[in-house]
Amino acid sequence: MNTPLRRVGLAMIAMLVLLLANVTYIQMVNADDYRADSRNQRVLYDEYSRERGKLISPVGGELLAKVTPTNDRLRYLRQYPFGAAMAPVTGYYSVRYGSRALERAEDEILNGSDDRLFVRRLSDLITGRDPRGGNIQATVIPAVQQAAYDAMTKKNFVGAVVALRPQTGEILAMVSTPSYDPNPLSSHDSDEQQAYWDTIRDENNKLKPMLNRAISETYPPGSTFKLVVTAAALEDGKDKNYLLPADASIQLPGTKTDLENFAHSHCGPADQNQVPLETALALSCNTAFATLADQLGKDKLQEQAAKFGIGQTDLQIPMTVVPSGIGKLPDRAALFQTGIGQRDVLLTPMQDAMVAAAIANNGIVMRPQLVQKVLAPDLQVISDFDADEIGRAMSGSNASTLRDMMKKSEANTKGDGKVAGLEIASKTGTAEHGADPKATPPHAWYVAFAPADNPQIAVAVVVENGGDRGLAATGGSVAASVGRATINALPGIGK
Amino acid sequence: MAQPVPVGAGPAPATGQQGTPAPANQAPTRRGTELAMLAFAAALVTGALMLVAINQEQKLTIQILWYGLAYLALFSVAHLAIRKWAPYADPLILPCVAMLNGFGLVMIYRIDLALEGRKGFSAATPKQIMWTTIALVLFLVVLYFVKNHRALTKYGYTAGLVGLIALALPALLPSKLSEVNGAKVWLRFGSVFSIQPGEFAKILLMIFFASFLVSKRDLFMVAGRRFLGLEMPRARDLGPILLAWGVAIGVLVFEKDLGTSLLIFGIVLAMLYVATERVAWVVIGLVLFIGGALVAYSLFTHVQQRVANWLHPMDPVVYGRLGGSYQIAQGLFGLGTGGMAGTGLGAGRPEIVPEANTDFITAAIGEEVGFIGLAAVLMVYMLLAMRGLRSAVAVRDSFGKLLGGGLSFAIIMQLFVVVGGVTALIPMTGITAPFLSYGGSSLLANYILVALLLRISDAARRPQTGSRPRPVQQAPIAEASTVMVERPT
Repeated sequence: MNTPLRRVGLAMIAMLVLLLANVTYIQMVNADDYRADSRNQRVLYDEYSRERGKLISPVGGELLAKVTPTNDRLRYLRQYPFGAAMAPVTGYYSVRYGSRALERAEDEILNGSDDRLFVRRLSDLITGRDPRGGNIQATVIPAVQQAAYDAMTKKNFVGAVVALRPQTGEILAMVSTPSYDPNPLSSHDSDEQQAYWDTIRDENNKLKPMLNRAISETYPPGSTFKLVVTAAALEDGKDKNYLLPADASIQLPGTKTDLENFAHSHCGPADQNQVPLETALALSCNTAFATLADQLGKDKLQEQAAKFGIGQTDLQIPMTVVPSGIGKLPDRAALFQTGIGQRDVLLTPMQDAMVAAAIANNGIVMRPQLVQKVLAPDLQVISDFDADEIGRAMSGSNASTLRDMMKKSEANTKGDGKVAGLEIASKTGTAEHGADPKATPPHAWYVAFAPADNPQIAVAVVVENGGDRGLAATGGSVAASVGRATINALPGIGK
Repeated sequence: MAQPVPVGAGPAPATGQQGTPAPANQAPTRRGTELAMLAFAAALVTGALMLVAINQEQKLTIQILWYGLAYLALFSVAHLAIRKWAPYADPLILPCVAMLNGFGLVMIYRIDLALEGRKGFSAATPKQIMWTTIALVLFLVVLYFVKNHRALTKYGYTAGLVGLIALALPALLPSKLSEVNGAKVWLRFGSVFSIQPGEFAKILLMIFFASFLVSKRDLFMVAGRRFLGLEMPRARDLGPILLAWGVAIGVLVFEKDLGTSLLIFGIVLAMLYVATERVAWVVIGLVLFIGGALVAYSLFTHVQQRVANWLHPMDPVVYGRLGGSYQIAQGLFGLGTGGMAGTGLGAGRPEIVPEANTDFITAAIGEEVGFIGLAAVLMVYMLLAMRGLRSAVAVRDSFGKLLGGGLSFAIIMQLFVVVGGVTALIPMTGITAPFLSYGGSSLLANYILVALLLRISDAARRPQTGSRPRPVQQAPIAEASTVMVERPT
């Protein structure tokens, strides 16, 4: 019987070899496919149960996003102390719904998989401690962000506020309203995540709380665009006394349509047919700027716009900023309308803030950035802030001329929030939009920087559809107070 | 030929008695090796437990060392029993079993930790420790009472009958008393205590087949017709294999237990082949099996479902439906995530796979200790089975050879059915991995199996003082009868 017994032994070996071969195939050859399968929760749990890095504010070390240990299988709960106010900056981090904003853009640092953390990861492996994520120090100053958010939400405004440090491009505030609370989305209770998600997702909520209006939405800039036109005129050699027609309305070339000043008013003193550029900007006269744009021509306007960064398609802060643009300017009528920031001119609030910041920064455009420092888990600096110059939009002297003109514009602007001793340079805008512009409440704009002679902050505010004023809304009456509240919140401003 | 006394049983008492204390023998008992290997197994298991504790961020206490020592003490009792009652037994069989059992306990404990706090959770580890203790007691009982494996031939038919009844009982009883999780393979006593009689029936049936085949061996070996180049057995000799087939199909149909059905059929086939040395039996068996499988596939939806789960585990439809491939796919994900070296003991998430501590414990092992660890575990099984098979080859009587071969093959067959199922090599049939998996019946039955193997290996290595001529003398008698039968042409 020994021969068949040995053959059975061979059969047993064969069975084991089959098993080993199959296990080899599964664990060695096909392992990556299994590991990466979306239905394999292990990788997800691993990532979500790691101690994710923090989002930190630049001053005072306030936490924008943190983790607290839990007893469940995800082990750490992601929390956002500033909630909805900071959501456009932090984004959310959800097991079910992925992530957004900085949580997404800086995920590799925060979850610890970034190459720059490799050595530390290795030492964690050797010392046997759980790998931790690196930290991100954001540029956003919570006080400014909160003030801007409060000013917007107090009156239920829909819109956005962007504040930049002109010299560096640091984003001091980036607000979009209405916003959403990222905390329920990172809940470990799947049902809570879903319930909240259903109330804020675009399909269910026409206000789109998750849309970051500051960088993902473009608006006609209205009269704030006159800053770009003025810059083009100054760069073209014209000065602040350059005379422009003061008519209450002019006919668009090749059409029967009139282009009017606000409230059909004459520009400047009633006894003069012409008005200097400085006055035209201070009073925001449409006819004057339509004519000026026409005189400058398509090429110069487009060139100046591009110098301010308009049309740039690859701007990342690190989240992608949708491109702004001024359109193709097919005819003179279009040129007229472009001169007052209408027609095909569409800017993100971020882009409009960049225009104000460039004027404040002696004409130099800085790339806006949201990340100040990348820090290791032990808070050692991995990479420091590096201000990045995009280019020069205008000469220093022209920038200072334009700044003085903006001071006069601010003097003509109403609204709350003016503080004695803090001089602001600003420009308002009241942008028509929609299929029937005269019957649709306009978007209200306010771009500014302060202190005018030593700028520390540049802001752009847009309030959609007239805010609380409806058809009667203007940039000054609706958006200016939000802008000033934002400026005033900057610690140490005006001192 | 038709004598009721099995062939191997005649001289058995004689040799059995001769084997006892023989001062003249020089053969080493190698019990020292066994103890050293047991200590090695204990050290490995304690180390594994320590890794789990570290990775689960528990405090490393001296307690773990005590657990390790308690484990060693438990198996030392078994070791002492072997010293006393089977001193020449193979020295590696018990350490292999101890290793598998201990590592299984560590994995079960590790999965307990992961499942703790979930709804309906009850810790499996204390129960498994209890079962291990009971199993070791049973092991001692078998070793003590079965002083000579050949004595079992006397109970061949009884074992067969009891085995069949045990197998059929759950099917005959009302579901209330026999069904757990859709499988009608249990005997339930109250709400806590339940056993799977099939696990024991497996061994009883092996004893029956071994004694039956040894007594009827000559018939199968000689009479037959040539057909397609193979020696075909006569139709009336087909009885045992038809019986095995019938039993297997019966189990499959009435108890929906594909695993046990496959296992019994495979074991019977292997034993039939060893007894007759005829490939024809294997061919017939495989044809019957394929036929049965095809019929079962066309008739039963649960069989169709298993096949679909096996062939397309990643298909979204198969994956998502009730009774679909979710479990297999998650097991594969676990194995894939483990990769070559594994996530580390206690650092993976094996609890995601349903039944991680029973049928899918090998997936849990593959996830946490990787291919290397799983391959090592498989090699331990191989070593165990090969030592068993070696004893079967070395033992002098036909019954011992047949039973030893069958028991050894049963270990690998179980492993093949369960690991093959988990790794989608064959359809998943839901049986436990011997010694590793959580489950009392499986543990008890497999310890009985090992006790019998040790008994056979003891007989194999026991010095035969002056008894050499006896078995040689006996052999011609058995063979003489076969010579006289003439092959029909």
